[in-house]
Amino acid sequence: MSERASSITSPTETDDPPTGEQHADESATTQDSRAESDTEQEPVTTGAQSVIRALENAGVEYAFGVQGGAIMPVYDALYDSDIYHVTMAHEQGAAHAADAYGIVSGEPGICLATSGPGATNLVTGIADADMDSDPMLALTGQVPREFVGNDAFQETDTTGVTTPITKDNTFSDDPDTVGSDVSEAFALAREGRPGPTLVDLPKDVTKADTDHEPDDPKVPDTYEVQERADPEIVEQAARRIENSSKPALLLGGGVIKGEASEACREFAIEHEIPVITTMPGIGSFPEDHELSMEMAGMHGTGYANMAVTHCDTLIGIGTRFDDRLTGGIETFAPDAELIHVDIDPAEISKNIHADYPLIGDAETVVTQLAEEMETSPQATKWRAQCQQWKSDYSMAYAAPEDRPVQPEFVVEALDEATSDRAVVTTGVGQHQMWACQYWTYTEPRTWVSSHGLGTMGYGLPSAIGARIAADDDQEVVCIDGDGSFLMTLQGLSVAVRENLDITVVVLNNEYIGMVRQWQDAFFEGRHAASEYNWMPEFDKLAEAFGAQGFRIDEYDEVADTIEAAIDYDGPSVIDAHIDPQANVYPMVPSGGDNGQFALAEDQL
Amino acid sequence: MSGGLDGPAPEERPTPKGRRTAQGIRVDPEVEAQHDPRRTVISALVEHEPGVLSDVSGLFSRRQFNIESLTVGPTEDEDRARITLVVEEPDPGIEQIKKQLRKLVPVVSVQELEPDAMRRELALVKVNAMRPDRVAAVADMFDGKTVDATPETATIEITGSDQKIDSAIEAFGQFGIREISRTGTTALARGMTDTAREAPPEESAQNEPTQPQQPHADDD
Repeated sequence: MSERASSITSPTETDDPPTGEQHADESATTQDSRAESDTEQEPVTTGAQSVIRALENAGVEYAFGVQGGAIMPVYDALYDSDIYHVTMAHEQGAAHAADAYGIVSGEPGICLATSGPGATNLVTGIADADMDSDPMLALTGQVPREFVGNDAFQETDTTGVTTPITKDNTFSDDPDTVGSDVSEAFALAREGRPGPTLVDLPKDVTKADTDHEPDDPKVPDTYEVQERADPEIVEQAARRIENSSKPALLLGGGVIKGEASEACREFAIEHEIPVITTMPGIGSFPEDHELSMEMAGMHGTGYANMAVTHCDTLIGIGTRFDDRLTGGIETFAPDAELIHVDIDPAEISKNIHADYPLIGDAETVVTQLAEEMETSPQATKWRAQCQQWKSDYSMAYAAPEDRPVQPEFVVEALDEATSDRAVVTTGVGQHQMWACQYWTYTEPRTWVSSHGLGTMGYGLPSAIGARIAADDDQEVVCIDGDGSFLMTLQGLSVAVRENLDITVVVLNNEYIGMVRQWQDAFFEGRHAASEYNWMPEFDKLAEAFGAQGFRIDEYDEVADTIEAAIDYDGPSVIDAHIDPQANVYPMVPSGGDNGQFALAEDQL
Repeated sequence: MSGGLDGPAPEERPTPKGRRTAQGIRVDPEVEAQHDPRRTVISALVEHEPGVLSDVSGLFSRRQFNIESLTVGPTEDEDRARITLVVEEPDPGIEQIKKQLRKLVPVVSVQELEPDAMRRELALVKVNAMRPDRVAAVADMFDGKTVDATPETATIEITGSDQKIDSAIEAFGQFGIREISRTGTTALARGMTDTAREAPPEESAQNEPTQPQQPHADDD
């Protein structure tokens, strides 16, 4: 990891950014000796040092944040640390970058912000991480304890605001335990079902003297996680699968978070069970495999929605049966007995009743199931049916010569131009759905998106976090929409400063396109506030930030432009002008029947 | 408009026969399964620290769980407080409440009480005291205690089940009620049965079957 840290810092030496130089000097001398430095660590003398020591002890290498009054003592302690801090342009970006770092690396991403507006700017990113169960630790400054509750300058009740959107949060009110609070929050973010945690740090607590070293990262005694499922139910579930004639696996984001992709692949292939994924489950199973039905749900493939509707046994792993997946509950997999594997007992039978509740870690439980299986289900006819659906409801799209460039074509060309391990991040809207549908994902932790919260503007900051977490040989591509990109594009300044090799492709239709599509379908074409024909020229804007700008208007520009942008060593932005009338299909309307997905507007 | 795909239209596709209830339960069309709301008492042992009560009450409001009353107080262990909740939900909702409560990090243990559990509420009822003798007679009928008396008012303390208190309030209504304050229900399991206590890990197993219970037979 030390090479990466220094490769990131190297461009900053010439640019002389506010935060870079100190780290650049230190990374050369101290990073390599970190392994043996544990015993030589200077004892902590302040609360803030204890906070940073807790992060170091947890193995944290990167943090994303924005300075500010109440968090200054923590930043001052961070100044002496080997942790590489990426100064973001906006706290929301810091939260999304930390979130994406957590998705790609599997370890909690760290974000920092000051009190008041710093903390409230993090809120969207924290809520996003909470909905998607991404591991993240947010550290927020707070006004000194004596001012708390007095409406002091930049005071917000941060723990109050974030209680509904964190896995756990703490107001840390003692310099002697502040480090241990951070250790515990780190452990809680990653253990069991991951999620965001927050520690609120009053300025006088972090400034205060203490010689208390933080405890090791450890979850509190009251937090228990069940790893193995009840063997009796495992046995019953295995018998059910064996006797099933129409089995289907439904892999959710929990498969990826639980590092169960390999176990699920083996299970599916061994027993020849068709595999459907949820949106967060994208990448858990290779989409180019014969058994892959790809994503189900509102904009899932027709074949995935047919399979999920007609299966007689559904093995749902690490999914919370979100309404965008299920459509109407009454018509969701109505003939299927549900085997539900989840580490969070509260997800069992929350939306869909589980006939076989298997509580535990995804990999452990899938392995238990695999060991319990004696034969494979007899499902030759079902598999043939699934293949038939794949051809009946092919995702092949029309690209008429007389229309502007179709978005699907751009997504496919990008996929073509990059490796299998390329990481894709997105904003939210039509472009996100095309990125799901027309990119062939084969590896876990290569799909980084805002699923549950649906946060427009997630794409670019998450690409920054993903870039830092990803290996050097993985390309990072942000497929964005014009509306989404405009929300957080100040992050380009960060990407330029850090010289991050990111390719942003804006599928620009000068609409907030998903809203436009719904207005056409459900609001008589009344385009209230959805026309975005006031967009800047994104290629020129990129150049103004110091990134490389490109523009696509015609089909014959697509391949070469993408190649040039991918080859560019640093941040680049392609402003791809696509057909403004392009719509996303298939589509299951809200609360609709998955099996009745529309293939065009007249079927809605 | 563009972006449409080819393939059989919705009406040309096979449709499955089954369906689910709005609670996500697969329905055998022969046996319609629908859970009616029931009232029950849930006891939660929690860390005695600031913010836990707001965590719990916030959970109930944001998940739209129907809560009748919530009481909180210290326990035999100074590090623990007990929260007693009376809720009215269908069985899947009650299961969700228990599971969501268990997920809160400061919550140590959660238990739904049996119908025979001891449940008590205290109420202070301030009535007009134009007829002190008759007020005292009604208070007697409900084992009430007069805690304050002035020429104009009498305040009676009543303890018992919520139904008993409802009845008492109704009976006092004839005098003209000036103010009422009720504590909400607190409860403990009977005898050697534990209410909700620090449990060895296996007791927190979550695969509890959902057994519809009888409405609580009250002990008063």
